[in-house]
Amino acid sequence: MSDIKHLENHASQTRRDIVRMVHAVQSGHPGGSLGCADLFVALYQSILKHNPKEWTMNGEGEDLFFLSNGHISPVWYSVLARSGYFEVSELNTFRKLNTRLQGHPTTHEGLSGIRIASGSLGQGLSAAIGASISKRLNGDDNYVYVLMGDGELQEGQAWEAAMFAGAKKTKNLIAFVDWNNRQIDGDVKDVLDLGDLGAKWKAFGWNVMEMDGNDMQSILDGVERAKSEGGPVVILMKTEMGQGVDFMMGSHKWHGIPPSDEQLAQALEQLEETLGDY
Amino acid sequence: MAKYENTGSKDTRSGFGEGLHELGKENENVVALCADLTGSLKMNAFQNEFPDRFVQVGIAEANMMGIAAGLTIGGKIPFTGTFANFSTGRVYDQIRQSIAYSCKNVKICASHAGLTLGEDGATHQILEDIGLMKMLPHMVVINPCDFNQTKAATKAIAAYEGPVYLRFGRPKVPNFTAVDQKFEIGKAVLLEEGTDVTIIATGHLVWKAIEASEILAEKGIDAEVINMHTIKPLDARAILESVRKTRCVVTAEEHQMNGGLGDSVAQLLSRELPTAQEYVGVDDSFGESGKPEELLTKYGCDTSDIASAAERVIGRK
Repeated sequence: MSDIKHLENHASQTRRDIVRMVHAVQSGHPGGSLGCADLFVALYQSILKHNPKEWTMNGEGEDLFFLSNGHISPVWYSVLARSGYFEVSELNTFRKLNTRLQGHPTTHEGLSGIRIASGSLGQGLSAAIGASISKRLNGDDNYVYVLMGDGELQEGQAWEAAMFAGAKKTKNLIAFVDWNNRQIDGDVKDVLDLGDLGAKWKAFGWNVMEMDGNDMQSILDGVERAKSEGGPVVILMKTEMGQGVDFMMGSHKWHGIPPSDEQLAQALEQLEETLGDY
Repeated sequence: MAKYENTGSKDTRSGFGEGLHELGKENENVVALCADLTGSLKMNAFQNEFPDRFVQVGIAEANMMGIAAGLTIGGKIPFTGTFANFSTGRVYDQIRQSIAYSCKNVKICASHAGLTLGEDGATHQILEDIGLMKMLPHMVVINPCDFNQTKAATKAIAAYEGPVYLRFGRPKVPNFTAVDQKFEIGKAVLLEEGTDVTIIATGHLVWKAIEASEILAEKGIDAEVINMHTIKPLDARAILESVRKTRCVVTAEEHQMNGGLGDSVAQLLSRELPTAQEYVGVDDSFGESGKPEELLTKYGCDTSDIASAAERVIGRK
């Protein structure tokens, strides 16, 4: 099996996990999770230098990943579990009382793989910048990655952070924007248009790239290219909210609602079980 | 009596600056961040000697808190510096999620707290910061009383693992605690022993409490004075021990009565030892422009206010 096929199979299983997790507790955010499944699988199964079994908060000598738009926790939990950070069976506990898999990710419950809480939007890029400065001071030249939503860029702090990293030429920092043009209330362009997003980042001093976030080869190539760019790099990643489940695609509707029993069955018919359901 | 001598008035922010500079020499993991107030926070010495470990973030406090949280990942001990208003209210959610809930080892160092900021007025005179910070789980809240104690506290919090809010101020105030003091987080300092009333003060009002005890002594009232430099965790033992003896208490702080030290003491006493209490603090009001001493007088936070509160509360025993 080719590497790409292996990653695509993994992404299919992760999409099954996402819809099953959200269905099981009848709460959570399937849309953005499905849209970013390919990126998470590519990162944790191919791109990141990381050590799931001996995870440490400081992650010295490793790449770090931060999720700023914490509401897409289902995709992160699935990929972390299936990459060896914790037992896949723990996905059963998502959003239930006493779980480590909180609705939005947290360090509070000691879950391996999570380095800072997120959910209240706009904060992840700042944390990622701090972690990259820490790496520089420690002589550690590994990468820091962060994912933000496009709607999230309406938060002012994101642009404080963007201005800082651009002005200070923060090194080894690669930011992804999940550019699906959807947010809870509708299309981003209707809620509060981001305008020329690439020009904005460029004006803030970043190297700006675009890639197809729902194509494995495009993701692998895009990140490789970003690593050769130097300075802070932002990758505007075109994705489809709800990718992989036909009735969840094409609108903002599935940002944060769970599927019914029938809708779950319909979704699972479209997503091959490749690694065994949890 | 003058048991405590002012060895020369100094600003508490300079105590922070000196402590931070010494920390820079002693611990290479100490990193400082500032939001365009390096001079005001007296961080220049650290900045000049350790430019690699100094992060100038510009006027962007939310980003500063997030960067500080991120710096802890990799083992750094970040000290953020800006005014108390911009260290708390302006960035409450950033502190709540990225620092407190995430249990990050960030030291939030806040100058120009309270009325004694003076002429800049109410926009900058935060009187709610102790309350805001103490409500956050995991957060330690410290308000030292003078230059020497602020310096000692700055050094002590570097050795403590976890988020800390360190509050200090702008004006020169009497410097009377020991140069070589050991600062113990959460351990109150008994300054004056007495039997008639317990005065529990924090920050700049500790000196005022000492002055008040001298006025009271002239009237034959024997006041006990406690320097409660740590508001959270609160030294319950020290309070209960004193109040069991005096059976009444005055709290004094340069802060709203709502949510400050006084409320922490009242919460403890209401559970453990219901006791008559008077609050010296700002009574649900914003401040205004003026000289620090004028403001303390106008807003009821001066020496005479502490003394008269003591007399009132003794009458309620």
